[in-house]
Amino acid sequence: MPAESNLLKKYTEGFAAFEEKLNGQSETSFHKVRNEALNKLAELQFPTVKNEEWKYTNVSGLVKNDFEHPLNIETVDIDAALIEKLRIDDVDSDILVVVNGSFNKELSVLSDYPDGIIVDSLANQIKNNSELTEKYLSKLTKIENGFNALNTAYSTDGVFIYVPDNKVIEKPLQVIFINGSSENEVISLPRNLIIAGKNSQVSIIANYVGYGEKEYFTNTITEVYSGANSVVDLYKVQNENENAYHIDKTEVYQNRDSVFSHYNMSFGGKLVRNDINSTLDDENITTNYYGLYLGSNKQHIDNHTFVNHAKPNCESNELYKGILDDQSRGVFNGKIWVEKDAQKTNAYQSNKTILLSKEASIDTKPQLEIYADDVKCSHGATIGHLDDQAYFYIRSRGVSPEIAKSMLIRAFIDDVVEEVKIDNLKEQLNHMIFEHLHRVEI
Amino acid sequence: MISIKDLHATIDGKEILRGINLEVKAGEVHAIMGPNGSGKSTLANVLAGHEAFEVTKGEVFFEGEDLLEQSPDERAREGLFLAFQYPIEIPGVTNATFLKAAINEIRKHHGQDEISPKEFLDLMKEKAKKVGMDDSLISRSVNAGFSGGEKKRNEIFQLLMLNPKLALLDETDSGLDIDALKVVSNGVNTYRSEKNASIVVTHYQRLLEYIVPDYVHVLYKGRIIKSGGKELALQLEEKGYDWIKEEQVETV
Repeated sequence: MPAESNLLKKYTEGFAAFEEKLNGQSETSFHKVRNEALNKLAELQFPTVKNEEWKYTNVSGLVKNDFEHPLNIETVDIDAALIEKLRIDDVDSDILVVVNGSFNKELSVLSDYPDGIIVDSLANQIKNNSELTEKYLSKLTKIENGFNALNTAYSTDGVFIYVPDNKVIEKPLQVIFINGSSENEVISLPRNLIIAGKNSQVSIIANYVGYGEKEYFTNTITEVYSGANSVVDLYKVQNENENAYHIDKTEVYQNRDSVFSHYNMSFGGKLVRNDINSTLDDENITTNYYGLYLGSNKQHIDNHTFVNHAKPNCESNELYKGILDDQSRGVFNGKIWVEKDAQKTNAYQSNKTILLSKEASIDTKPQLEIYADDVKCSHGATIGHLDDQAYFYIRSRGVSPEIAKSMLIRAFIDDVVEEVKIDNLKEQLNHMIFEHLHRVEI
Repeated sequence: MISIKDLHATIDGKEILRGINLEVKAGEVHAIMGPNGSGKSTLANVLAGHEAFEVTKGEVFFEGEDLLEQSPDERAREGLFLAFQYPIEIPGVTNATFLKAAINEIRKHHGQDEISPKEFLDLMKEKAKKVGMDDSLISRSVNAGFSGGEKKRNEIFQLLMLNPKLALLDETDSGLDIDALKVVSNGVNTYRSEKNASIVVTHYQRLLEYIVPDYVHVLYKGRIIKSGGKELALQLEEKGYDWIKEEQVETV
């Protein structure tokens, strides 16, 4: 345990007061899960760098803060004009708004979905649709550390997306998570559950943004169930404020013939940690992990991925690329696990980082653990600088050093950006990349 | 056009150019020939400003200006062009974006307005045709997924687009079949005029049948050891380089 954790103290001691504010939520079946999570929080506490999974990410500065629970602060005042500003430009999507972990129906812009499709507040579904939520919520993921426990014990809401068998949600669903406040240092705890039935399809953009000037902490968990032969795309675009701590765990359970693609685009935040885990628990499953992390100033970005090949004849592709400038720091820890039964597995993983400054750094640790004997697996990591020969080539045509560097950045990130299936999102991501790196856009 | 005097250059402390002297005037084509490792490509790269090489002695004047003081992009804006032996792939950057950036920087340098989209498109179509490239090239990424021959062809296409004062062609013929060689040579011949000049670096005489030089120079161990007219290339083809090396030994 860190020498001093005000966060731990506040939240191990404050549960009774929290329960009182829950306004009926404490009568739901989920409340038992909360109580168990509270015990886990006391037991696990927050990780330190002595923990192998947190070796390069020191959270002692984060857990010193006693961030206030959103139930104890004045509601942040958000209006439609602000939503218009915060949504990703030009991307035709439905809009779901979550403010400091609470779903805001008034500001959300939803379509009339075909029968059976549910796009709603998770709290509302826990209350009114407990049969469905009980089956999945907190069942797809385990509590592995204090942050997971804190989210499970204290989260009050988030989004719930349910696509029944043979249904398709045509338009992407853009969830705008607005976190922070201009009055208080707050903790935002969105909890999301996405269930895709057999032969269903859905595309979700999780757009995390900051609000106000105060320091804040987003600690979010998303559980995804990919039914047989479903296609689920989850685009995470993380644009938190520069004074934000951001910890995200996304856990995916995949059924046979399903395709799940995760896009992890990391721009904002001062300390960022993503855990993305998939279990491929039947045959002919495809898992795609694409990641882009852009670091500037003193940002710290840690991506942990875990692909668990439990059954034969599945494929996973992972491509993570980073550009780190100034004194920013990156961590990549990617594990591919192939169980004994998972013959004919194809698993690929690649992590490439470019350091734009002498003070930027990355710790990268690709890991393969294979217990089957008939598999094709590869992994690799490279760390480098912009290619000198290519830089010379571009300048030899009269192009200035500044634009030549932008072209090289564009070339480096191209294969990740090209995987994005929504054209306008692709374009907007390109804007964000150059904006974040303070460079001329190409 | 360009005047090279006693040029010495090193890479990683190793001396590659050991006193090059060369004068090229407008309207001329000079061929630089020589065995592998003689310094041909180094000469082309040093003139274009490659930062891996260090010029230790000598001077180069291009259109009256001190070339060695200028960065690679400044040299290009002044009208120097290097067709690369190994062109680079730039995925995600289209030929249109790439060349428009180059043309506009060159124009800006000369106090001219940016090229209009229409003018640019017409120019691309016209020049692409000259080197037998498809219009779809415009929206393709620079050299990405191109074959060796296509890359060389693209270098000549860029030459035509930028229309520099001095073209340095570094082994533009290597790896080309005869049809591609003809296309590339035709491209270079279209570019040739009384106002510009070319320095053609090659290992083989074959290219010079199509791009006929005014002068041929033999580079050996970082020095020009023999100069002559286009017939020198034929002699080299017949007899190889050894007779010149021997001649050189005798004179030493």
